[in-house]
Amino acid sequence: MELPVSVERQSRWLPLHTLAVFCFLYLPIVTLIVYSFNGQGVGGFPPRDLTLSWYRMLFVDDAIWQSVLNSISVAFAAVVIALAFGIPAALALDRANFPGKAVFRRLVLLPLILPGIITGLSLLMLFREVDVKLSLATIILGHGTALISVATTEVFAGLQKLDRAQEEASLDLGANYWQTFWRITIPNLRLSIIGAALLIFTLSMDEIAVSFFLIGRDNTLPLEIWGRLRRGITPEINAISSIIFVFSLAVIVIWYRLRERKGQTEVAPELVQ
Amino acid sequence: MFSRAYRAAISVPPLLWVAIFLVVPYFLLFCYSFWSVSSTQQIVHTWGLQNYRELLRVNVYLQTLFRSMWIAARVMIFSLLLGYPLAYYLSFHAGKHKDMLYQMVIIPLWVSYLVRAYAWKTILGSEGVLNTLLQYLHLTQHPLDFLLYSPFAVVLTLTHIYTPFAFLPIYASLEHIPRNLIEASHDLGASPSQTFWRVILPLSIPGVLAGATFAFVLSLGDFLAPLLLGGPSGVMISNIVVSLFGAAYDWPLGAAISFCMLGLVVALLFLSENLEKKWSFR
Repeated sequence: MELPVSVERQSRWLPLHTLAVFCFLYLPIVTLIVYSFNGQGVGGFPPRDLTLSWYRMLFVDDAIWQSVLNSISVAFAAVVIALAFGIPAALALDRANFPGKAVFRRLVLLPLILPGIITGLSLLMLFREVDVKLSLATIILGHGTALISVATTEVFAGLQKLDRAQEEASLDLGANYWQTFWRITIPNLRLSIIGAALLIFTLSMDEIAVSFFLIGRDNTLPLEIWGRLRRGITPEINAISSIIFVFSLAVIVIWYRLRERKGQTEVAPELVQ
Repeated sequence: MFSRAYRAAISVPPLLWVAIFLVVPYFLLFCYSFWSVSSTQQIVHTWGLQNYRELLRVNVYLQTLFRSMWIAARVMIFSLLLGYPLAYYLSFHAGKHKDMLYQMVIIPLWVSYLVRAYAWKTILGSEGVLNTLLQYLHLTQHPLDFLLYSPFAVVLTLTHIYTPFAFLPIYASLEHIPRNLIEASHDLGASPSQTFWRVILPLSIPGVLAGATFAFVLSLGDFLAPLLLGGPSGVMISNIVVSLFGAAYDWPLGAAISFCMLGLVVALLFLSENLEKKWSFR
């Protein structure tokens, strides 16, 4: 809601500040994309010899594409684990009472705010103690566990807006809990669930601190990029990053269009607390 | 209305999972911090305080911890200075562009964190975009070498990464301020600046606290930005942990440092939660 001009005098520096912050936020992204077309490598102003050769190089680079595939499968599996345990956790926080509930709520949220390396190396110790070999599976367990928090917060927020009368009616009319869960609870929560799934997927694709400790032989994309950065920088990294940026931008735009059509425009702040 | 079986079915699986994959690992971290490493690089399962004594004895650990906290504090302050006016503008002045501008603050979060840190590296390097631009414009003759491999580069990059995180809760708290309170303040004769300092700012403190906590805690434990852009003078506490778990192979000492970080973070979260409760007006 905008205030009447008389209440809040429009000051001149505020729009300028806003513009400056946006420039600051977008400068690296614009640089990244511009230099993915730069024939002269990643530095040097002005950009010159515009070329697609970095993209051409990228398309025949099997190691990168293998890591992209690894990341996508890890992200899918992490979404499944996080939803499978995060949805019941949200339901439990909403409707069950058990000793230590307050501690449980905080514990689930902890990996989201705790430095990733602590979660990563704690899990590394667990896998070492029980002699599990590190592989993509251990990364999946790590991501799934760390991201349960996202599913729980999103679904919990959805539950607060849910009208329990429908579930009550379903139970009164003779449906059992299982049927009520699948036919009433889940469909009513679908926006929260899809939103959580998208968020978990992207966070997992980008995750590096936990993966860093749990990596086996197969790289995820961020670790593949990380490995290359240590050897020196090449515009190929700009190219793959630009592609992924444009791709995720497309996904967000589609998702918000879908959401707006459903008449809901609320987003991530609840994730925050 | 929910039966006991239903309540058990929704609580037991997540509780078990969290117990196995969060509680046990964090507890193991705690145990490791009392163990030691033998000369043949085996973990010795005898209990002692030697790792914690080592942390207090060797200066570099505490120094690095304080440096990390100082870097995190600067990131927190800059993110608030950038994020608060941004949130204020969006909430009160953006009019019909509000939703679009909000999305534009979120979008950079969809570019990989690693990639954004890397992009700053290509901007700040001695052959980087900024230095070559300055020379192109004849503003400098030689590359400025304080830009990269310095605490400055780490603070800049982390501020860039965590400004949206500071912005989100501040924006949410500004959006929740009932607009008639502001009108009332004006009707009762307060000037716009009085309205801001006495009405809007106090009501947005919970958001500021949440944003500040995010920026501080997340940058405190960062290890990629210092590795990529920090150089020797920008090493942070997590870098020490990483090297102890890697080449240096002293897991117990690394566990002790991590456990101290864990304690510090939990204490900060607790503090900020209590402060937020104190300041919230409901």
